[in-house]
Amino acid sequence: MNTEDARTGARPFLDVRDLHVHFGTEDGLVKSVDGVSFSLERGQTLGIVGESGSGKSVTSLSLLGLHKRADRKGKGGARITGEILLDGEDLVSAEPARVQELRGNKMAMIFQDPLSALHPYFTVGSQLTEAYRVHNKVSKSAARKRAIEMLDRVGIPQPNSRVDDYPHQFSGGMRQRAMIAMSLMCDPQLLIADEPTTALDVTVQAQILDLMRDLQKEFGSALIIITHDLGVVAELADDIMVMYGGKAVEYGPAKAVFSSPEHPYAWGLLGSMPRLDRPVLDRLVPIPGNPPSLINVPSGCSFHPRCGFTELCGRYSAIGQDVCSTTVPELEPTAGEPGHLVRCHLPVEVRRQTFDEQIRTHL
Amino acid sequence: MLMFIVRRLFAAVGLLLVVTLATFFIFYILPQWGGESIQEMARQYVGRNTSPAALQGVIDRLGFDKPFFVQYFDYVKGIVVGTQYSNGTSLVQCNAPCLGYSFRNYTQVWPTILQYFPVTLSLAIGGGVLWLGFGVVSGVISAVRKGSFMDRFFMGISLTGVSLPVYFVGPLLALVLAYNNNILQVPSYTPITQNAGSWFAGLLIPWFALAFSFAALYTRLTRGGMLDAMNEDFTRTARAKGLPERTVIFKHALRAAIIPIVTIFGLDLGSVLGGAVLVEKSLSLNGIGSLAITSIGNQDFPTVAGITLFGAFFIIMANLIVDVLYASLDPRVRVS
Repeated sequence: MNTEDARTGARPFLDVRDLHVHFGTEDGLVKSVDGVSFSLERGQTLGIVGESGSGKSVTSLSLLGLHKRADRKGKGGARITGEILLDGEDLVSAEPARVQELRGNKMAMIFQDPLSALHPYFTVGSQLTEAYRVHNKVSKSAARKRAIEMLDRVGIPQPNSRVDDYPHQFSGGMRQRAMIAMSLMCDPQLLIADEPTTALDVTVQAQILDLMRDLQKEFGSALIIITHDLGVVAELADDIMVMYGGKAVEYGPAKAVFSSPEHPYAWGLLGSMPRLDRPVLDRLVPIPGNPPSLINVPSGCSFHPRCGFTELCGRYSAIGQDVCSTTVPELEPTAGEPGHLVRCHLPVEVRRQTFDEQIRTHL
Repeated sequence: MLMFIVRRLFAAVGLLLVVTLATFFIFYILPQWGGESIQEMARQYVGRNTSPAALQGVIDRLGFDKPFFVQYFDYVKGIVVGTQYSNGTSLVQCNAPCLGYSFRNYTQVWPTILQYFPVTLSLAIGGGVLWLGFGVVSGVISAVRKGSFMDRFFMGISLTGVSLPVYFVGPLLALVLAYNNNILQVPSYTPITQNAGSWFAGLLIPWFALAFSFAALYTRLTRGGMLDAMNEDFTRTARAKGLPERTVIFKHALRAAIIPIVTIFGLDLGSVLGGAVLVEKSLSLNGIGSLAITSIGNQDFPTVAGITLFGAFFIIMANLIVDVLYASLDPRVRVS
C-alpha cells in the first residue's frame, strides 16, 4: 500500500499474496483464511479488523509459522498455500528451522491475554532473557541488563527489582507491558499484535496503545494490529483490512475506510460502534445474524445472508437477481482514494449514493 | 519460605499426634467397645492357656485397667522417652521410640520394624525411580506424538498395568524371567552394604512389578497434563519467541505439567514406604508389608499398631515434602 514502492518497483517489506490457510477436520475443510493479500512497509501500521472467526488471528499466526503444518496427505494441521514474503524471503515454503530462526527475532508477536501468554512459573526476567538469548549469543548478565532496559523502556517502575517478579505479581497492564518488552527484545522489524488491549481495562488500553505508537516510531518496525475494536485501529493504523469469512472484504488507507467505507459489512461494523464525540441520536444498529461457518461458507458473497443490500445488487447486475448468492465478488478498486479496494457486487456509484443517503447519517 | 516450612512442620507433628490417638484407639480401646473384656484382650497377648494370675500380670503390664487418657498418655510417652512394662515380678524394657512390645516374639516393635525396613526402602526407591521415569517419559512421548503408534503402544501398556494386579505380574515375571529362563535373578534381598551388585540384581523383578502397576497412572497423568500444557497460551508464546521445539516441550510445557505428578509421586512413595504388601508378600521379600501380614496372622497387635503408625508417619512426611516442593515449583503458592 505504498505508492512510492509502486513507482520504484521495489518489493514491500512484508508482502502477503493469496494466502490460504485451511484445516482438515473430521467435520470438513475449515477455510480459515481464503485468499488474503496485503503488504506493509517498515514504520507503517496495518489494522486487521473483523469478528471472531473471520480469520484475522489465523492470518497472524501463519505469518509467524505458528500453525502445526499438515502432513503430506494434508492431515493433522494447517494447509498453507500462497506466499508470505518477508523482506523478499518466502516463509510459506521456508524450512521450519529457518522460520524458527526468524521468529521472535525479525518478527515478533504480542498476544491477547498476557496472564495466560506469560509462563506462570518463570520470572518475567527469565522469560525476557530467554527470548533474547535464543537469538543472540550473549552472557546471562548481558541479557539481564537488556531485559531491565526494555522493562524500563515500556514503563515498568523499578525494573531492577521487578525483573525478578513472577507474572502473577504484575498488574494486567504491567503484564502487557512486559509482553511488549519481550517481543521487542530482539528488535523485530515486523511486530504483530493480536488484540493487544482486549484483556485490559479501558484506561490501561489507552496507555498501552500510546506505548505501542511511541515504540513503533522509535523502532521503525512494521506493525500489524489485529482487533475487533475499531477504536484501536482508528488510533494507530495507516491501512485497514476488514476481514469476513476468511477473505478481505475491504482494504485501503485508514482514512478512506473510515470516512467513506464502501462494503456493507464495514457499514455494519461502523454502525454498531458507539460514538462518544456526537450526541446520541439512535440506537446502535447491530449486524443481523452470526459470522458464517468456515466449513460451509455461504455461496457467492459470503456476507450475503446478512446483507441488507442484496436486492439492490441484483437490480443493477447483469447476472441477475441472485448475483450475491451465486457469484463471488472480486476485491476491486473503488472510485475514491487509490489503493482502496472493496469486495462487493454493488456498482461503485450506487455504493456511494447508498452510503451518503442511508448510512452516513446514522454513523 | 522458611516460615512456611516451619508452619507445615508443626502441622505435621499435630497430625501425627492425631494419628497416634486413632491408632491407639483402634488397637486398644475399640476391642473393648466390641464387647471384649480386658482379660480376653490380655489373653491375645500371651496365648490361650494362661493362668488368670498371668493374665492379670499382662493387664498390669499394659495398663488395660487404667482410664483411656492415662493409657494414651503412657503410649505417647513411651514413643517419646521409652517405657518399662512391669508386672511386679519382672521388668521389660522398651526403648524410645517405643512403638510397643511384642509379647508374642518377646521383641520391641521399633527394632523389628527397623530390621525389616531396608527391604521396603530399597523397593520404594528403585521402584519409584523406575515408575516415575518411565511414566513421565512415556507420557511426554504419547502427548507429543498424540495418535501415533507410540502413543497407542504406551497407552496399551498403561492399561495393562492398571488392569493386572501386582501379585499376578510379580510372580509371572519371576517365573518367566528368572525361574524358567535365567535372564534375571530370582527375587531376593541382599543388603546394599554387603553387596551392591546382588542388591540390585535381586530387586530388579520386584522393581519392575511395582513400577508396572504404578507407572500406568503416571503415563496417563503426564500425557493429559502435557496435552493441556501444549495448548496453553504460554507454550505458544514460547514458540513465538523462536525457541527450539525441544525447549518448548521440556522446559515450558513439562514444567507446567509436572506439578500434579510430583504430588502423586510423593504420596505413592510415602504409601509404599509404609509397606508394599502385595509385592513383598507375592515375591517373598521380608519388608514391612510382609511383617504386617505376618503380625496380623499372629494377632501380634503391638507390632501391627507400630507398623500402622510407621506407615502413617511416611504418608504425613510425604505430604509435608510435597507441600514444600509445591511451593518451590509454583511461585503462586508461595505468596498466599
